[in-house]
Formats: sequence, structure tokens, C-alpha cells
Amino acid sequence: MNGVLAFIGRNTLGLIRYASSLGELSAATAYWAFVAPFQGRGLKGRNTLHQMVLTGYSAVPIVGLISFFVGMVLAFQGAYQLEKIGATYFVAALVGVSLTRELGPLITAVVVAGRSGSAFAAEIGTMKVSEEIDALKVMGLNAIKYLVVPKHLAMIVMMPCLTLLSDLAGILGGASFGIVQLDQTLSMYVLATRDALVMRDISTGLVKSVIFGSIITTVGCHEGFSVQGGAEGVGRATTSSVVVSIFLVIVADLVFTAIFYYTGS
Amino acid sequence: MMHADVQGPMIRVADLVTHYGERRVLNHVSLEIQPGETMVILGGSGTGKSTLLRHIVRLEIPTSGHVYIKDEDVCHMPDEKFDAIRQKMGMLFQSAALFNSMSIGDNVALPLRELTRLEEPTIRIMTRIKLDLVGLSGFESFMPSQLSGGMKKRAGLARALAMDPEILLFDEPSAGLDPITAAGIDSLILKLKLAFRMTIVVVTHELASAFMIADRITVMQGGEIVAIGTPEEIRANQNPRVQQFLNRVPEDESRDIQAYLRNLTGPAS
Repeated sequence: MNGVLAFIGRNTLGLIRYASSLGELSAATAYWAFVAPFQGRGLKGRNTLHQMVLTGYSAVPIVGLISFFVGMVLAFQGAYQLEKIGATYFVAALVGVSLTRELGPLITAVVVAGRSGSAFAAEIGTMKVSEEIDALKVMGLNAIKYLVVPKHLAMIVMMPCLTLLSDLAGILGGASFGIVQLDQTLSMYVLATRDALVMRDISTGLVKSVIFGSIITTVGCHEGFSVQGGAEGVGRATTSSVVVSIFLVIVADLVFTAIFYYTGS
Repeated sequence: MMHADVQGPMIRVADLVTHYGERRVLNHVSLEIQPGETMVILGGSGTGKSTLLRHIVRLEIPTSGHVYIKDEDVCHMPDEKFDAIRQKMGMLFQSAALFNSMSIGDNVALPLRELTRLEEPTIRIMTRIKLDLVGLSGFESFMPSQLSGGMKKRAGLARALAMDPEILLFDEPSAGLDPITAAGIDSLILKLKLAFRMTIVVVTHELASAFMIADRITVMQGGEIVAIGTPEEIRANQNPRVQQFLNRVPEDESRDIQAYLRNLTGPAS
């Protein structure tokens, strides 16, 4: 019995410690991103742009393709049920609403966590192992300002863009099913989607995507900074950055969906 | 060799105690390093000498005790205040710690670009001067991965020198280098010492290199200082632990048979 209690206690403490260090990192990032530049302490503009290309632009093909396929899958599954009541017209609505409200941000977050979150952890972890982080500190340069803030800003900007792209690609995926299988034209499908969607569907998705971007960056960078040991430690940090950020993204998704639900439609 | 603007020691370590987890790594270490002096901290692996160096640049915060640089307690001051002191310190890391995503020139220029308001042409000239000083002229556009171990150390040293530091710290400068390259780094340290009269602290386990560059040597063992003195004094020191290190006598490996058997047959820990 004591063993069980000790186990629970130890893990709870570990969880609290992890959460508070994530919180510390986000607070420091927020300071260096939004307060320090106005105190004349600078922002790494070129690094941010570079990160935007890496995390955003380079992810366009994969996010687009995956979302296209998911849109198609949704259309198949929707039609399978809606056929029974002769309501295949609503496939467009089903695909459009579920993508913009839920799956667009989620698919984007999962892809970006795998692509960029892991890359953040690996980059910072390798720098930690090869004493580069220490070298920054010894020079009097702030590691958060130089390494975390550009990534965070890039993600906050690029996540909504990728999410919009994902929404669009998914709807096109659904449309391709509609055209081939349901004998709809593209314009009919798009009109049906537009009738079903309201602005709030898209905007809540975009709000979520910003939050997801923050989570992925913070977790990825935190895992990188906490690397211990050599190459093995970097590998472990990379893996756990993906696992932890996807987990936290789902938790945040639940929380925000609930908030949006209770605050109207 | 005294700098006009500093009275008393440049670096003073007072009663430093530090732990990694439960293990005590430094045990009441006290040490004074005078301005313009080259102090070599000598000791085997795991004796706490690198840890001591990391405390001097405040990469670690001690359990108790103080580190004073020019009479200012660096362990307990706000980051902003320490940044000013830090800019007058340069450090060469064991692995050189060059930023692998930047060229050698950008590595050396980084502190100048970030911490000064110099114009880009000036920065370029200063970068070339520093690279020339360490014998790497013409290597600005090389990436760290294209350099050999010895050249990486030289480039790391050029970066450490970028801000014209008053204190220069070396963590195992000859680690991982062949004897000839290591001797090259040693003579570079000697050259810098004569040319700039910087306060230099070198952590090493290489006896030859220690006796070549040191004004004074501190011998550490088991997280404690066992002897401090000039190279001659250290050679003449009769402390068995100092002599053991100087004569490269391995640790006694004989052990208690009973304890050995208990260890083998006991429960897994």
C-alpha cells in the first residue's frame, strides 16, 4: 500500500515539476518576445524569418497532402452513414465543419510536432551536449532570446497559416469524393460547404492552432534544454518532445473545445 | 604585472561547497588568483577542477560559499549586473563549443555583433585580427565541421578573445589533441600571456603543459585543494597526494577480500 502511495506521490511531484518548468520557460519566452523588444533589447528578426521557412513553408506539401487525404476519408465515412437516410448532400457540411473546427488544427499540430517540435528538441539538445548553450551563457547572450523566441514567433505565425491550408486541402479532398462519387460539381460542393460553415468555425480552429503552436515549441525547446548525457540523451529528448507535445495538444484541444462549447455554439 | 585599476585578487574563491545531487563535488575550496597571473588548476578526472571553473563563470551556483571577481560577489548578483562582468571574461570550452550552424568568422563576430554597436566593417576587421592572432587567418568562411580538433580550439580561442577579455579561462585546452597540436595550444597561451597580460586560468591534467605555462599551480584531488604554489614549489612539495599525481602513480587497487565477496554476493542495489 505504501509502495502504491509513494508511486503516486513521486509521479505527481514529477508532473508538477515538469509543468512548472514548462511554465517558467513560457514566461521567459513571453518576456523576451513581447516585453524586451520594447525595452530596446532587440529581437532576432532574421532568425525568426528563417524559422518561419523551416516550420511553415517547408511543411506546406506534407500538411496539404495529409489533410487532402483526411478530407477524402471523412467524405467516405460520412457518405457511408448519410446514404442510409439519403442525405449525401450533407457530406460537404460534415467534412467542412469537422475539418475547420477540429481536424484541421489537430492534423497540422500532429504533423508540425513531428517535424518541427522534434527538430527543436534535437537542435537545442545537440547544442547543450556540445557546450554551445554554455558558450552562449558565458558570452552573456540569452539562450531563450536567441534560440526559443524566433522559433516561438515563427510557430505562432505559421500555425494558423498551415491550419487554413489544411482546412482548404481537406475540403478539396472531400470535394474530390463528392465529384467522383456523388456526382456533384466543384461549385455545388463549395457552395454546400459555405452554407454549412460560419465564421466562428474557422476562427475557433485558428485560435486553437496558435495555442497548439505554443505548446509544441515550448515542449520541444524544454526537452532540448533538459538533455542530459550525450547522443542518447538527444534521441530520448526528441522522442519525448513528440509524445509529450501531442499529448498536451490533445488535452488543450479538449479544454478549448469545452470552453468554446459552453460560450456559445 | 599588476593592472593599475585592480587592487587585490582578480578572482577570489571563498569556501566553495557544491553538490551534484547528493555527491559533494567541491569541499570548502578557497583560492585567490592575482591580476595578470596564469593559474593552472591541475588534477585527475573527477576531482572537481572543471566544476570550479564553471563556478567562476557562474554556469553553476554553489551550495555555499562565494566567488568574487574584482571584489564583487558573482554568485549572488542579478543576471543583468553579471552580464557586464561576463563580457570581460572569455572562455575556451573543452569541445571548443563553436556554433555549428555558423561559419568561423560569424562565430568570432557574434559577441561583437550582439554586444557592441560597432559597424560591420569594423567587426570584420576585428574578427580577422583575432583569427590571425590564433593562426587561422583566411579561415573565416570555413564551417566548424571542416576544421580539425586543434583548429577548432584555436577558433574557439579567437571567439573567447573577441571582446578583449581581462580574464581568460581554459577548460582542458589539450584534451583530445595529439601532443604536437597540444603543444601548439600551450605556446599560444604563453604568447597571449606575454602580449596581453591577461589573467589566465587553465584547468588541465597535462603535467608538461601545466609546468610550461603556469605562474602558479593549484593541485586538486577529491574536490579539495591539496597544494598551491609556483611550479618549483609544487615539484618540491612532499605531500604524498601531490607526489602521487606528479609521478603518475596509479591508485592503489588492493582491496578488502571480505568486502569484495560481500559486494559480489549481496542483494542488487
